Amino acid sequence: MEAALKPPRRSFVREWILTVDHKKIGIMYGVTALFFFLLGGLFALLVRTDLLSYKGLFTAQSYNEFFTMHATIMIFAVIIPLLTGAFGNYLVPLHIGARDMAFPRMNALSYWLYLVSGIILLLSMVFGMPDAGWTSYPPYSVQSHGPGIDLWVMAIHLSGLSSILGAINFIVTIHKMRAPGMTYTRMSLFTWSMLVTAYMQLFGTPALAGAITTLISDRHFGTVFYNSAQGGDPMLYQHLFWFYSHPAVYIMILPGFGIISEVLPVFARKPIFGYHAIAYSSVAIGFLGFFVWAHHMFVAGMAMSTGIPFMISSMIIAVPTSVKIFNWLATLWSGSVEYTVPMMFASLGFIGSFIIGGFSGVIVAAVPLDMNLHDTYFIVAHIHYVLFGGSVMTIMAGLHFWFPKVTGRMYNTKLGYLSFWLYFIGTQVAFFPMHFLGLAGMPRRIASYNPIFQFWNDVSTIGAYMLGLGTLVIVSNLLYSAKRGRKVAANPWGAQTLEWTISSPPPEHNFDDLPVVSSNPYQPYPEPNANPNPTPSPTPAPV
Amino acid sequence: MAVAHTTVAPHQHVADKPLEYQNPVQSVKILGFWIFLATDMLLFGCLFATYLVLRTHTDGGPTPHDIFDVRGFTIETFVLLTSSFTGGMSTLAMRNGNKRQLLTWLIVTIALGLTFVGFEASEFVSDALRGATMQRSAFLSAFFTLVGTHGTHVSIGIIWMIVTAIQVAKKGINPISARKVFVVNLYWHFLDVVWVFIFTVVYLSGVVM
Repeated sequence: MEAALKPPRRSFVREWILTVDHKKIGIMYGVTALFFFLLGGLFALLVRTDLLSYKGLFTAQSYNEFFTMHATIMIFAVIIPLLTGAFGNYLVPLHIGARDMAFPRMNALSYWLYLVSGIILLLSMVFGMPDAGWTSYPPYSVQSHGPGIDLWVMAIHLSGLSSILGAINFIVTIHKMRAPGMTYTRMSLFTWSMLVTAYMQLFGTPALAGAITTLISDRHFGTVFYNSAQGGDPMLYQHLFWFYSHPAVYIMILPGFGIISEVLPVFARKPIFGYHAIAYSSVAIGFLGFFVWAHHMFVAGMAMSTGIPFMISSMIIAVPTSVKIFNWLATLWSGSVEYTVPMMFASLGFIGSFIIGGFSGVIVAAVPLDMNLHDTYFIVAHIHYVLFGGSVMTIMAGLHFWFPKVTGRMYNTKLGYLSFWLYFIGTQVAFFPMHFLGLAGMPRRIASYNPIFQFWNDVSTIGAYMLGLGTLVIVSNLLYSAKRGRKVAANPWGAQTLEWTISSPPPEHNFDDLPVVSSNPYQPYPEPNANPNPTPSPTPAPV
Repeated sequence: MAVAHTTVAPHQHVADKPLEYQNPVQSVKILGFWIFLATDMLLFGCLFATYLVLRTHTDGGPTPHDIFDVRGFTIETFVLLTSSFTGGMSTLAMRNGNKRQLLTWLIVTIALGLTFVGFEASEFVSDALRGATMQRSAFLSAFFTLVGTHGTHVSIGIIWMIVTAIQVAKKGINPISARKVFVVNLYWHFLDVVWVFIFTVVYLSGVVM
């Protein structure tokens, strides 16, 4: 049986470069994004190293380039491609019981566009790095010399195109390719979150394309969209940019919410609490996410009367998010919780850190508070609690959860726990002091600062190095174990989604026969002391 | 998850569907294209928003009233709306399996499209000759970008339609070419709808206000 299913040996080019298999494309996304994770992390460490001295160890120009590259890489080359490209591609067809995505070749094109976009970012390290922050506001981004901003625009364009093609693919796949019996309310919660994410990418990304196209046109073709001397309006860029980039924040967390909704019930040994509430709150976040963008611009010269509605909508979006948090806590409640490595990342790591980022989010949404906190380290603390304490923790939970499915092997769990504690403690040490710095008035994006801020900056830098160490432990543990790890069975966690019903790694066509589905994947687990193989009721012996 | 394994019979009753939807693979592709149109619509939405914000920012230069030529944009509108009708006729001919009619309507549509692009290009050139370039003011930057993006879309549509016509001429009408004819016409109608908004928001209100 095994031998019959074994795929024929193929050259590297055929196996990977020419592949249109969603699982292989997912793995390529994952490996590429992990490489960029190391690179983006390196830039983060350079930023923190500069701040070891209040005078700044590097020049202000280099510092500007470092934080721009750090944010650009982490957002466009790591978090979005990892969550949608890697997890989404690998899992969605398996979760809905399909053999592949709806458009396999377009799926490969998405990956290659993403790779080229990443390579352009790498090239900018040779030819001149962008230095206007990942937001690239005019007028500075129009006036900035050198090819940095132009390469940045090219990279973002390609990554945006990759996102749009990917989004079309997910939407059509989820609507059209579900296995028989897989109704919408039998889909996994990860699939729900990917569906909403794909719609957000579809509706948001064109605004970013418009913003950066007009930006490059202002830089090179002499148009005056953002030049107020000739009637242009720099605020317009901010509106267009944030019309994409605030939904992008939810693009970067919704698939993570999906991962958490898969991991928690498996290790709490309980059905997820409030399946419908979690699914529909994703839809609510996706909808509301398009009506909050201007909360980034409260101090940019916007009328107070415009600010207040955005303040209210930004606070309302905390409601569906809390609905999820409470449902997850209720899932854990009185479960027989098993603290495996993915569970540590999902429960303490993600819920524990993300709640702090959620609270500070409501604080900075309030116009009067934001007037004081805007562009201080308080904002840096907030975004890192939601993106690192939130998105990256879910990514790590997902990587450690699906690793045995993707490779058929298990990683070293001792190193797994070590990396978790480095990550969890590192997150708090690196990012919590930033709240104090922000409240004391330290502005963000500066290469040197008032010596009174020295102490908490040093603490934060120590935390950043812990996170760097944790990342090295995780990446080396997973890379080593992918080849040498202990072999495991098809379903080591006892999970219920469809990918666990097939071998690890899954065969190329996913399912020998398409599954017919009759319930959602969150069913009660048998009692721990119940006999797993009850004796069949005696049948009368044939005479 | 409770799972049973069976092989599933493909959906049968296809004969009552239009030709382009009869093959399930092709019908999935059509849905994908509809969703692409949604994202393209958002791109135009952003350019419209940009135009509305910058419409009055003329920096003492030409105003909408100065540069919009009523005769020119009325002809453009009639030509493009007519091409949408002839495009629809080509879809109808495709469903009837009439290859000669299909090709004729496609060629008429292409010709009308070229006429539209020609009128628009001459409008842009005469604007530029009068000093109304996209570098002059924020209003003109936004105007040329919005209308020019639409014109670029139409030009791409023309090339696409030519390629589709060549395929139909070579391979005849089959489920794949039927889907291609349908999709290129979807795109064409979409550009027509966008033009209706450009006509109203840019030209008509520019001349009236």
